[in-house]
Amino acid sequence: MRTAPVSVSPADARIAAKPPLRRFHQASWDEPLLFELSSPGERGVLVPGPQVPLDDSLPAGLRRQDPPGLPELSQLHVLRHYLRLSQENLGVDLNIDVGQGTCTMKYSPKINDQFVRDPGVAELHPLQDERTVQGVLEIIYRLERMLAEISGMDRVSLQPGAGSAAIYTNVAMIRAYFAACGELEQRDEVITTIFSHPSNAACAKTAGFKVITLYPDADGYPDLEALKAAVGPRTAALLITNPEDTGIFNPRIEEFVRVVHEAGGLACYDQANANGILGITRARDAGFDLCHFNLHKTFSTPHACGGPAAGACGVSEALAPYLPRPTVEFDGGSYWLNDDRPASVGKIRPFYGVIPNLVRAYAWIMSLGAEGLREVAEIAVLNNNYLMKKVLEIRGVSAPYAEGRRRIEQVRYSWAELAEDTGVHSEDIGVRAADFGTHYWTSHHPFVVPEPMTLEPTESYSRADLDEYAAILAEVAREAYEDAEVVRTAPHNSTVHRVRPDTLDSPETWAVTWRAYRRKILGE
Amino acid sequence: MRLGLVVNPVAGLGGRVGLKGSDGEAVQARALAMGARPRASERAALALTELRSRLPGDAPPILTAGGPMGADAVRAAGLRPEIVYKPRRPTTPADTVAAAKTLAPLVDLLVFAGGDGTARDLLDAVGSSVPVLGVPTGVKMHSAVFGVSPRLAAEAVAVMAARRARLIDAEVMDLDEEAVREGRVTARLHGHLRVPDVPVRIQQRKTGSSAPDPAAINGIAAEVASRLPGPDLLVLGPGGTTRAIASALGADVPVMGVNALRAGTAVATDLPADRLTELVRSGPSWIAVTPIGGQGFLLGRGNQQISPEVLRAAGPDRLLIVATEAKLAELGGRPLLVDTGDDGLDRELAGHRPVITGRGRSTMYPIH
Repeated sequence: MRTAPVSVSPADARIAAKPPLRRFHQASWDEPLLFELSSPGERGVLVPGPQVPLDDSLPAGLRRQDPPGLPELSQLHVLRHYLRLSQENLGVDLNIDVGQGTCTMKYSPKINDQFVRDPGVAELHPLQDERTVQGVLEIIYRLERMLAEISGMDRVSLQPGAGSAAIYTNVAMIRAYFAACGELEQRDEVITTIFSHPSNAACAKTAGFKVITLYPDADGYPDLEALKAAVGPRTAALLITNPEDTGIFNPRIEEFVRVVHEAGGLACYDQANANGILGITRARDAGFDLCHFNLHKTFSTPHACGGPAAGACGVSEALAPYLPRPTVEFDGGSYWLNDDRPASVGKIRPFYGVIPNLVRAYAWIMSLGAEGLREVAEIAVLNNNYLMKKVLEIRGVSAPYAEGRRRIEQVRYSWAELAEDTGVHSEDIGVRAADFGTHYWTSHHPFVVPEPMTLEPTESYSRADLDEYAAILAEVAREAYEDAEVVRTAPHNSTVHRVRPDTLDSPETWAVTWRAYRRKILGE
Repeated sequence: MRLGLVVNPVAGLGGRVGLKGSDGEAVQARALAMGARPRASERAALALTELRSRLPGDAPPILTAGGPMGADAVRAAGLRPEIVYKPRRPTTPADTVAAAKTLAPLVDLLVFAGGDGTARDLLDAVGSSVPVLGVPTGVKMHSAVFGVSPRLAAEAVAVMAARRARLIDAEVMDLDEEAVREGRVTARLHGHLRVPDVPVRIQQRKTGSSAPDPAAINGIAAEVASRLPGPDLLVLGPGGTTRAIASALGADVPVMGVNALRAGTAVATDLPADRLTELVRSGPSWIAVTPIGGQGFLLGRGNQQISPEVLRAAGPDRLLIVATEAKLAELGGRPLLVDTGDDGLDRELAGHRPVITGRGRSTMYPIH
């Protein structure tokens, strides 16, 4: 691999400057699967047998006939296995992780994890009497009030287990609202935009609505004329993200809300991209009836790959009766869970919310304060526009839609020109970047922008980080023009495991468990 | 700016009678026998009339070929022709080539009226020695050298006359007409012509369409079926998407023609405009069309059988536009285009219309 020479100016000759392109080489362990490492009889922990005979105390349907098909390994072998795999990874704590598409994670402060591991949080049980969990109920209550303040909404629920769960909860509340008005049969359409968070269309469809999608106007902004053509007596709601996934802020957002309200519909704000507007704009001030936040992304909690993330729903007073139950209430003396909510859409998940993430988000907001939140947004926007300037200087990149205009907190770039010139595709560039110790991946659904690359620097990364990231992209683009083969055959210094996408096209061939792999791929 | 004009009088003859092209004398004779009317000169005149209204002061003479190869159209538009080439009668592609060769050194822009076949003749005759621009009059127009409509071609000429357009190399594509009549679609790149770069007014090259995603097509077919009452007629324009819809509804139809279905059975295939008009007038009918991939043409390219008469008989509310989300994305935000040959109808169709993209899913998309 070629590496640019390290340049050291005389002024700081005593300290070697950080190389713009570091000499990176990743570990490669050729590690087998746990099941392939299994050795009969080997044990990590010797679990004591049952102290009482189980035969009569468990119903027959709950008793296994055969022992579970688990791999048999010692503790050391398990530890070593996962450490090796972790060395073949580029985690959020290891690289300049601004290339997660619309899913970029800001830094998650480690002290917040200490709070979560505190026995006062970690050893709570969801079935405890509420008099014994006053502390965590207070955290939830206060966090809800903070998010209500941040969004301008009247009430907030923290029950949803992720951003999309929160969007679905909002759609469920919209459905319940129109059912109560007797208009649900008539209002069966939800309107969204093509560059809104794709979960808007998906959740509306899942909840039984028809979905109408709007394309941008000739200037690249959400198309008000298209909205006017789409609204009518069948409109239930507008589900819209702002700024959109292109990073473009809708300058006519209040008019969008007005047009939908005039047609009798509700306006629901997807705030997955709220990082650049915290403390600057508020959903309710623009007239929205509902909104949601991802507590991951915006409020620093882990994303957890579709696992236990956390979402928040905010609603106006008119929609508050439909919030999921229970709600957390405070009577001036103590906190309590209110299950007596007859109009509620019901429970969105068992118990109440993903407590560890609610604790992290609460700690994060408390550590910043109101002014700190606004500063987060300002730095995130500044970082993004700094990076955009540097990236757009690279040959072959563009930022389609609203060209020449600034973006809020992220940009959906296009390598279309480079692909046309060199035959190198965006996916190749993301993989080649891994040879320099970073990456980006292609979370760009729907694929409207050709050869997409979506970068969101957040407030977590320094100017030096952004310079290094841009230098890597510039180097890979140079290679694409001068020696495209190097890029196309990447990775050379890192361990990207290429999957065979053709096996993921059909349920007949995809295998996401060991058992499915044996059945579908090995034919056992 | 010195302007030249060459018209291919027989371009577009095959369109409304469903012949998918007009290349070759036998096809032209057959088209005339089927009642086809030459429209190339008329459409060239339409462009020139528009141009006359856009150019300041007295228009200079237009350098052109005699009779139906240009002079007729120039006179019809109220402009003066300067005839530099006299064609034989009847005209042949050799006349197009010879006229273009004569005109090329004398003009700043050579406007030609024709289709992909004519563009290929221009490519042979002038290559990149002079900027050209096509007024669309053919059946197949896959090349990127045509104005979206005669009116918009004139606008592009006016932009160039005002020295506000740079020149770019644009693809000359052509289908193998014989192969198409046999049911295969193959387009080939033949070379590049220099054209003024006026986006929106110049149509984009048609991209090779990838195989439509079966899940998306089934969703669209289910939505189309749910929209129309059982006994109504469903007219399907040409294209892979509409053919796949026919197949999802239980009927096997040819890939290129206009076909009609009733309750999942093909009642007529490969219909010419007159028979289609009759059929649509006979009862409630719905028309499903899909844009040409990468180019965005909805009406007036490759489906001229769906004539203004057919569209008016069915009623504009019964025009169903279908496309997969991927196909819309390929347009890169460019609008859908209509050029039915009836200016009033084109205006009526313009604006935002829903495009069916799946079961219970549509996209509000602009039509120009």
